[in-house]
Amino acid sequence: MTDWPKIRTVGLSGLLVTFAAAMTEPANRAALAFRAAVEAQDWPDVLETSTSLVSVFVQFDLAATPVAAMQDRLRDLLAQQDWIAAPLPSGRTLWHVPTVYGTDLAPQLEEAASAAGVDPDEAIRQLSTSRVRVLTIGFAPGQPYMGELSETWNIPRQQGLTKSVPAGALVIAIRQLIVFTNATPTGWRHIGQTAFKTFRPASSAPFALSPGDELVFPSVSRETLHAIIASDTTGNGGAETEAIK
Amino acid sequence: MTAHLTVQLAGPAMTLQDLGRPGYRAQGMTVGGAADPTALYEGAALLGQPPTHTAIEMAGSGGAFTPGRDLRIALTGAEMAASCDGETLTWNASHLVPAGASLSIGGARNGAYGYLHVGGGFDTPLVMGSRAAHLACGIGSVLQAGDTLPLGSDTGHATGMTLPASDRFGGGKIRIVASMQTASYDAETLARFTATHFRRDARANRMGVRLDFDDEGFSSDAALSIVSEVVVPGDIQISGDGAPYVLMFECQTTGGYPRIGSVLPCDLPRVAQAQTGADLHFEFVDMADAIARQSRYLSELKTLKSRVTPLIRDPAAIRDLLGYQLISGAISATANPLEKES
Repeated sequence: MTDWPKIRTVGLSGLLVTFAAAMTEPANRAALAFRAAVEAQDWPDVLETSTSLVSVFVQFDLAATPVAAMQDRLRDLLAQQDWIAAPLPSGRTLWHVPTVYGTDLAPQLEEAASAAGVDPDEAIRQLSTSRVRVLTIGFAPGQPYMGELSETWNIPRQQGLTKSVPAGALVIAIRQLIVFTNATPTGWRHIGQTAFKTFRPASSAPFALSPGDELVFPSVSRETLHAIIASDTTGNGGAETEAIK
Repeated sequence: MTAHLTVQLAGPAMTLQDLGRPGYRAQGMTVGGAADPTALYEGAALLGQPPTHTAIEMAGSGGAFTPGRDLRIALTGAEMAASCDGETLTWNASHLVPAGASLSIGGARNGAYGYLHVGGGFDTPLVMGSRAAHLACGIGSVLQAGDTLPLGSDTGHATGMTLPASDRFGGGKIRIVASMQTASYDAETLARFTATHFRRDARANRMGVRLDFDDEGFSSDAALSIVSEVVVPGDIQISGDGAPYVLMFECQTTGGYPRIGSVLPCDLPRVAQAQTGADLHFEFVDMADAIARQSRYLSELKTLKSRVTPLIRDPAAIRDLLGYQLISGAISATANPLEKES
């Protein structure tokens, strides 16, 4: 029996099941698969579930359901299979999100390429063809943390903060990409710009992405992006989708 | 036709709040809702309506309001100076504000957040199942002078009711349970943490309450190696400079700072209501004690209605006391009652 997964209480709000001490692809996959399994149990006292990079939060009222009882249920479910080897849940979507790399719209492409040790053209070739997965959503509503990129892109966050990058910015660090929900200061480098809205509060489907969805960010020209912005009424920013089989 | 409440003057941080939007954590949005949810239950008990109705949350100070119809209101949370057309209104009570009258609410005296509840609630559009502003997520906005808020239909009648005063104002002892990284702090740091009298920082808001203190910070080696994971309202994060932040209902969904403990949900309104500079100190309780306290709190919320009593007006608070005929039928001690008036 290894130390993992661990089950710990989170205040009086619920239990957290953690699959690893650090971000790894299998641990993220385990979290996504295990959350889907908890959801499928449809336990009436579970208020909501969510994942972060390598853990699953099961929210329930500890004053109503004994902690030990929920721990037992979660342990039983954990024992049913090797979650680190579990396949990803079904019902996921692949998104193609048009992106302008570099230019004044995304001024840190060259800096990021240099940090990764490749020239800017090669950086755009790699980044615009990499298929990444939504590892987790957080920090701002609907905001995806996506990965993992190849080891080439294991570049640190910059020392200082960029004062503000706009909503829809594609930023990079530590083998991950983020599309920002709102304009925000950040230590991640701004390499691309999309017109993709991750959060649409007035819509009947306010969140575009779900954890486990996959994305590709094909390179388009400024002119193409401007045309997309001029005609887009959905918030998709010209993105096309297909179901992942 | 729908009647409205018009905001004539607005304090700097008034928002519509209800019990928030649960269910969206997986997509990056915390529940939000009233900073002091206890106040929503008190307003509901005073007006005889469900706690799910929307109220105006007033951080620090209130404003001036005029209803388009006769309006039942309740005033809860941090006590603020309140009057209707110049006549003082008792806090922690329900009142009738006539159509067209001016309801004026001033600065908070003993806490951080006051609440103005209305009979029938506010009937603004639902956004994702709630009417609460969630400013950190870009939902709703701070109320401004000139705003007109649609009023829901009110089926209740009672006014002039009150509840016993709550002791959750002015800071004090806050009970916490161990949290994700509590064990990574050494015993000496934890002892110093619970012995420290913190002060609520002026920068506190609906996302979190920063705590000021005089000595060195509360650092832990764990800070370097935490993979981002769930955070919940009540968690006490130790930020990079060693200062504790108590996370409130509009906090983010995940975080990478170590958490030294987590405030019991039943004690979180006391943190919310501590005004700038108020003392806050922490005591660890075990899980069984925490659950007993939280259960008691939840059952007290359910039975608040039974504690509502008629308001007995304090003569000192009646502005035009001398205008009242208080001694009708009394007789003079010096006049001879048998002597006929001429």
